Amino acid sequence: MFHWLEQRPFFFAVMLFLTVAFAGFIEIVPDFAKASQPTVGTKPFTVLELAGKQVYIKDSCNACHSQLIRPFKSETDRYGMYSLSGEYAYDRPFVWGSKRTGPDLHRVGNYRTTDWHENHMMNPSAVVPGSIMPKYPHMFTNNADVATAYANANTQKSLFGVPYDKEGMPALGSWEDAKAQALEDAKKVAADMKNQSVKDAVANGQVPEIVALIAYLNSLK
Amino acid sequence: MQSNAQLEYDYSVVKLFTFTTILFGIIGMLVGVILAFQLAFPELSNLAGEYGTFSRLRPIHTNGVAFGFTLSGIFATWYYVGQRVLKMSLKESKFLMTVAKLHFWLYFITIPLAVVTLIMGITTSKEYAELEWPLDLLIVVWWVLWGVSMFGMIGMRRERTIYVSVWYYMSSFLAVAMLFLFNNMEVPTMFWANGAPSSAMHSISMYAGTNDALVQWWYGHNAVAFVFTTPIIAMIYYFLPKESGQNVFSYKLSVLAFWGLMFVYLWAGGHHLIYSTVPDWMQTMGSAMSVVLILPSWGSAINMLLTMKGEWGQLQTSPLIKFMIMASTFYMLSTIEGPIQAIKSVNAIAHFTDWIPGHVHDGTLGWVGFMVMAALFHMAPRIFKRELYSKSLMETQFWLQTVGIVLYFTSMWIAGITQGMMWRAYDEYGSLLYSFIDTVTVLHPYYTLRAVGGLFYLIGFLLFAYNIFKTMTSGRVLDKEPANASPMAS
Repeated sequence: MFHWLEQRPFFFAVMLFLTVAFAGFIEIVPDFAKASQPTVGTKPFTVLELAGKQVYIKDSCNACHSQLIRPFKSETDRYGMYSLSGEYAYDRPFVWGSKRTGPDLHRVGNYRTTDWHENHMMNPSAVVPGSIMPKYPHMFTNNADVATAYANANTQKSLFGVPYDKEGMPALGSWEDAKAQALEDAKKVAADMKNQSVKDAVANGQVPEIVALIAYLNSLK
Repeated sequence: MQSNAQLEYDYSVVKLFTFTTILFGIIGMLVGVILAFQLAFPELSNLAGEYGTFSRLRPIHTNGVAFGFTLSGIFATWYYVGQRVLKMSLKESKFLMTVAKLHFWLYFITIPLAVVTLIMGITTSKEYAELEWPLDLLIVVWWVLWGVSMFGMIGMRRERTIYVSVWYYMSSFLAVAMLFLFNNMEVPTMFWANGAPSSAMHSISMYAGTNDALVQWWYGHNAVAFVFTTPIIAMIYYFLPKESGQNVFSYKLSVLAFWGLMFVYLWAGGHHLIYSTVPDWMQTMGSAMSVVLILPSWGSAINMLLTMKGEWGQLQTSPLIKFMIMASTFYMLSTIEGPIQAIKSVNAIAHFTDWIPGHVHDGTLGWVGFMVMAALFHMAPRIFKRELYSKSLMETQFWLQTVGIVLYFTSMWIAGITQGMMWRAYDEYGSLLYSFIDTVTVLHPYYTLRAVGGLFYLIGFLLFAYNIFKTMTSGRVLDKEPANASPMAS
């Protein structure tokens, strides 16, 4: 049979494709059939938090930090309750990471504060002596892309049925509504911060990256 | 043209891809060395503002070496090996020649665009699939062009039976096409912006959470399979027998190893998700199939080693053979190491630690890097029609790089296992013994050692680039093509 195939590239390619595709078919199809359901209390990210997640992705935080707590005592003692599939139901893309050069962040909102993040992002080794994390001062001057975060949320709502604007869920509304709401949320974060230029920027209707990022990190619980 | 006449092969596209293999190799490896030094000396992360941080540069390194260096090497060798084992020349078809040229140029513009977008922070965050949707579309175009050239060339062949190397190249084309398409299913968000001035480059994944992770590692693991494994096997199946003048040891073993690899490899993706939230049976399947994978992997490697049966003396006389045998040996090492890491209890310690990049690098530096360079060394006298410039330089490069790789993986083994054990250490009262930062500072000496190892490898690569450059410009001109062993000046 192999001799026969090796002289007929077309059938060879077909056979090859079926052999390769087989595993993917068996593994992926059943899981999609019962797409993961949100756990009770899981909410989609607000526009500001999504803008923060975009900052997280832009600076590839996931290159060094995981968001996946494995079911071991040493992990639950360190990071909190192990991760559940449903908690990621609105995580698009997933940002589990594959390497812990730094600690896990899946529940960082439970044990770090706005103030801590502010100092830490400016100069990590001042907060955690010996830290090898880069400094991220540019996040204090660059503005977060709230418009794209809105488009992001609206795509999730329109295309994937993520329950924005439902009862008890974050409101989205029009771009104008969402922008106003994001600024409102940003003010709450900035109120806990010390950096004057960030506070001024928020007062002037801007959202520095650091504010959005902290909103996102605080939402990880 | 008669089938027994000497065919004149066309190497213009081979040369172009050879240049980019070297160019992107230097860039990708240089960034890798910078990253390694940044982990050892973190101040280096803040020399270029937001554009020089570890996190921004990391995707440039991974994409640069995987899709810059390795893919270039794959395409260069495909256009060389393809013409030869199929007994056809690109000169015979204007259409295929155009397709091949277009393939090169579209590929060539993609890489700088990738670097620029990644350094700006435009990324999807999915590993080895970071590029945003417009670039993904561009990649689809040149991938299809590669397929057209491949099947076009196969269609024009004079050799009825297609050689093992072609099976492997074909598998890379087909599998990567499938994996890439499914993993990069992404929706540009600008179409739902509702009037908000959003970014045109931004997209989100079609899949969420656990499903996204599943598709990502089904892709991520098998990108390794079909970029770092199968095309490299394709190379060794052609270049080792050719350079050594030996027949491949066993046809049956090639068939077994090929179909075995094709069937088993895709299952193993699940081993990236052990103890995650994907269904248990997939994790177990990923773990078990990873162990099964040793069989076809070692099948190919042993087939190659046995090809040298009775001819081991060549190891002493030819650095080129040395590169290929070392590559094959590193392939055996990393294909036994991977399955070990995929065992659940080992994975509990190894996952998330530096043992993983350690494992990746003994595969990529030892197996992929050595084999691609050996292929280029073998091709150089034939495409430039000149003698290789310096054998002693090859020897120096070989040892420098081998020492570099050994420093790299040994330091990462120690770092990974140290950290994995420290994360789970308890004191007598049942409290965690170490805070996270303790497990970071302890790694400093290993990070430094790794950076030095990487630097050795990079220097070796620069020697390689210099050697090829000198071969091209001032090697002794050959009057006829060498049949087997590549001629080299001492």
